[in-house]
Amino acid sequence: MNPEQLIERWLSARLPAPTGTWLQESARKLRGGASDKDLYIAVSLVQRKVGKDDLAPTPQELQEANAGRQGWDPTDWSIDQAARIYLMLSTHADGAEFARRLDQLCVTADVGELVAFYRGLPLYPDQPRYALRAAEGVRTNMKAVFEAVAHRNPYPSEQLPEPAWNQMVLKALFVGSRLEPVVGLDQRANPTLARMLCDYAHERWSAGRPISPELWRCVGPFATGAMLDDLKRVLDKGTQPERAAAALALSRSQDPAAAALLSPHADLQRALADGRLSWRALAPTN
Amino acid sequence: MRFIDPHIHMSARTTDDYERMAAAGIVALIEPAFWLGQPRTQVGTYMDYLSSLVGWERFRAAQFGIRHYCTIGLNSKEANNEALAEQVLEILPRYLMKEGVVAVGEIGYDDQTDAEDRAYRAQLGLAKELDMLVQIHTPHRDKKRGTSRSMDVAEEMGVAPSRVIIDHNNEETVQEVLDRGFWAAFTIYPHTKMGNERMVEIARQYGSERIFIDSSADWGVSDPLAVPKTARLMLERGIPTKDVEAICYGNALAAFGQSGQMREEHWLNPAPIDQRVLFEGNSVLRGQQPKVGELPRIPERADEIVFK
Repeated sequence: MNPEQLIERWLSARLPAPTGTWLQESARKLRGGASDKDLYIAVSLVQRKVGKDDLAPTPQELQEANAGRQGWDPTDWSIDQAARIYLMLSTHADGAEFARRLDQLCVTADVGELVAFYRGLPLYPDQPRYALRAAEGVRTNMKAVFEAVAHRNPYPSEQLPEPAWNQMVLKALFVGSRLEPVVGLDQRANPTLARMLCDYAHERWSAGRPISPELWRCVGPFATGAMLDDLKRVLDKGTQPERAAAALALSRSQDPAAAALLSPHADLQRALADGRLSWRALAPTN
Repeated sequence: MRFIDPHIHMSARTTDDYERMAAAGIVALIEPAFWLGQPRTQVGTYMDYLSSLVGWERFRAAQFGIRHYCTIGLNSKEANNEALAEQVLEILPRYLMKEGVVAVGEIGYDDQTDAEDRAYRAQLGLAKELDMLVQIHTPHRDKKRGTSRSMDVAEEMGVAPSRVIIDHNNEETVQEVLDRGFWAAFTIYPHTKMGNERMVEIARQYGSERIFIDSSADWGVSDPLAVPKTARLMLERGIPTKDVEAICYGNALAAFGQSGQMREEHWLNPAPIDQRVLFEGNSVLRGQQPKVGELPRIPERADEIVFK
């Protein structure tokens, strides 16, 4: 089943009958080629009609999602977000028309709508069209909107050009968000990003402020020269989670000098060898 | 005691204000769409302003533990730019159904021109069509007549008085507003019009039914703590606690709560999705540690403003 059909099924299993009927009827009108205004009003009405419970997809529904669109992960979705995206998909508009309407919807969006529109990015037709929209979402000041793009969303790793991708990763750390839920984090690591992250670490050190252990994840594969000095500093002076992160990062470095840095730290070497260190375990919980 | 400020223009205020308001016990506020001092000349700037009311400002307020609602409308001053007014009226329906929009407002009369009258009637029509409440700004000049006229036209258009909030009342207007069944809001201004001393006397005379107060704080000289300060004065002057609570919290909630968009549970027991969307960010509290559900302490001013 395609995403539109899947969301329809998930919602019909959760919504009380009159609400489900309203949603079906609205979608039917939109499929019949309704006007821009019909779409805008229906999408806005969702919060008054549908409520804001968590979607709370079952493990099977999450599998269906990934089968319907690879990488699609609605774990954190709410019912109103799903309904809004469903209505947009119901228009069956082509890429150009869909992108134009999405821009218009974003112009007048409230906070909850913005989160929904960005979470829907991987489901929209003609995927490359929305790269600028995704980058705009990354520029937001609202953390929840930022995370709608950055977390559990395959769109950025598939479509964002490197500069925008790098901004997103750096900003996640900057606003105190996590990297662990970023899809494609390791695949899209690059030397420029590694340099930016090390510069950021120096800024934080200068200001006497803490650094997320996750920062070193995207540094490791490109760590060489001065970056190795930074990792050595973390190994020698960091907190225990930071030291574990530095060890993991060094284990991914191509530079032979990386292994030498680890040798005085038998505890970390053993933990690495036993597979006891993982980025997931080092991600802050929030 | 908890407070609601049902009329305040937070876009024109600073984070210091939010901190002080939260510390003084304000849990929710309503930001009416109004003019910005400098007249707008483009529909696009008007849209961006309305978008900020349902977007950024709502989020910003939540960072301080205050729930933000708004009213959406074309204000009377800018209704006089008829070319612009027509375009704004065209885009208003795109905002009126947004989350947290509790009424069409603030609308009504300023100079009481024909253009203002047309825009006012058009928006009363929208409110009827969409089954929305109406928040009315009464004029500063020729106030008594303007207030009567606002109510005449609302009744003529078939909008029920119980669904209309008449704002910026004074001693001269309140009797008629209450007699006709409308809600009567009072703006407490620091230097002009309604001072809080006068409000105490109004509470003494009229009681608390369908009466509530607001600050209307904006970019001018105004006091975002007008509601809690007036509450304190009313208590000091012997107004019964239940009346003070009604005037400073309960009645605004009862009036605007008719929209279904503003409910006490929003600040007493927010939905999980709202906690994630509205209470987790730290972009306003840059460099500080945001604490969900806790408010920043401002000890040096606490004696003066904290009122619980």
